Amino acid sequence: MTDRTRLRVFLVAAAGLAVALGVGLAGLPRFGSPASTYADVINALAVPLRRSTDAVSAVTLDFRGIDTLFEEFILFAAVAGVSILLRPLSDEIGEMPEDQAPDRRVPPPSPAVGLLGTILAPLLVVAGLETVTHGQVSPGGGFQGGVVLASALFVVYLATSYSRAERFQPGGLLEASDGAGAGGYVIVGVVGLLAGAAFLSNTVSLGQPGNLISGGTIPILNAVVAVEVAGGFVLLAKEFLDQTAVIRQDRGGRRS
Amino acid sequence: MRDAVIALALVWVAASGTAVVLTRDPLHQAFVAGFFGLCLASLYLAMQAADVALSQLVVGAVALPFVILLSLAKVRKPE
Amino acid sequence: MTVLAFAVVVWLFVVGLYGMVTSRNLIHLVVCLSVAQSATDLLLLEIGYVGHGHAPVFVDLPKHPGPTVDSIMQALSLTDVVLGAAVSALLLALSVQVHKRTGTLDPDELRTVEPNRS
Repeated sequence: MTDRTRLRVFLVAAAGLAVALGVGLAGLPRFGSPASTYADVINALAVPLRRSTDAVSAVTLDFRGIDTLFEEFILFAAVAGVSILLRPLSDEIGEMPEDQAPDRRVPPPSPAVGLLGTILAPLLVVAGLETVTHGQVSPGGGFQGGVVLASALFVVYLATSYSRAERFQPGGLLEASDGAGAGGYVIVGVVGLLAGAAFLSNTVSLGQPGNLISGGTIPILNAVVAVEVAGGFVLLAKEFLDQTAVIRQDRGGRRS
Repeated sequence: MRDAVIALALVWVAASGTAVVLTRDPLHQAFVAGFFGLCLASLYLAMQAADVALSQLVVGAVALPFVILLSLAKVRKPE
Repeated sequence: MTVLAFAVVVWLFVVGLYGMVTSRNLIHLVVCLSVAQSATDLLLLEIGYVGHGHAPVFVDLPKHPGPTVDSIMQALSLTDVVLGAAVSALLLALSVQVHKRTGTLDPDELRTVEPNRS
């Protein structure tokens, strides 16, 4: 198929799709119209029932917690898939970047970048922990805070060398934290069963709305999700970094 | 007033999304995609979705460009 | 306003598809996919938006604060944003492996699976 015919086929199909989407969207309520009853009920009940002032966290981790459990497993599967795809293959070897040219060292990053990273990395860790722990009070939570925590390690890599950043990301620990995050969510759910209620029901004492310790299982699940997300994203970065810096084709025997 | 902000952000999102697609060089595209993520985050913020904006901010502006850049570093042609 | 909001969703989705169809580079294709995917997040949030509503965060608010935007739609798209990045990373890892095996990222050059290769 030539580019031109492919583009024609696409334009016809896209026009059809756009019309179908337009017709479908025209049946939706107007933009800005009042929320559904379900949403109003959830918004009204988040504080009295769950003592969580952030209704979004309450929905994600409590009212619809089982959805988030499955989403966690999707994340886990995606990270595991990347690990499997980017493992060293049989015709590849891993060697530290310094070994490439023994007489020359890898040039260190500039002092300005190093200083910026030194300032930024701890700030990102603090911001990440703040986002995770305040998930039930204000916007934030495990998903956002986890990525912020992971980005602190990205900054460490940018500001130092690969071999130094490597010390901060031991592979086994990362894989364990990714798995512990996914498994921990199930364990918190089972605690609900042990307490004689349904799976994932909020059986921990709820506390006062607006306090750091409030919302029962919501902050616990936030912490668990943060462990999984942070571990998963650092693991993703580590696998790609290994591909770039360490793993290369074995010059001894290249197979096609 | 808020409707005007949302409308402006919507136009920005449409324009920067188009720019992401039309940037054919993946290296340049990584940066344009980061900008697109920022536009989306500000639109979400204007639409009172602070949680989603935070999520989009860290993912779109940090995590996704970082992974794209690392893939590009792996597949670039050896000099 | 309604027309503009939903038109942007359709536009993002279709323009992302256009980029995927015409892409000559698998990494470019994955980023176009993430543009098309963000259209779904945007649609969910637009359905949940309430005119002059405030965010569903009930800190320092009066007893009856007026309309609130839909928190369920926000919860749905919140996890989707993070997952989308992880899935994009998975696709990028596939692209890296394709490049390792075949030496190219152009989808048009990946014809080895076709039987009548000329």
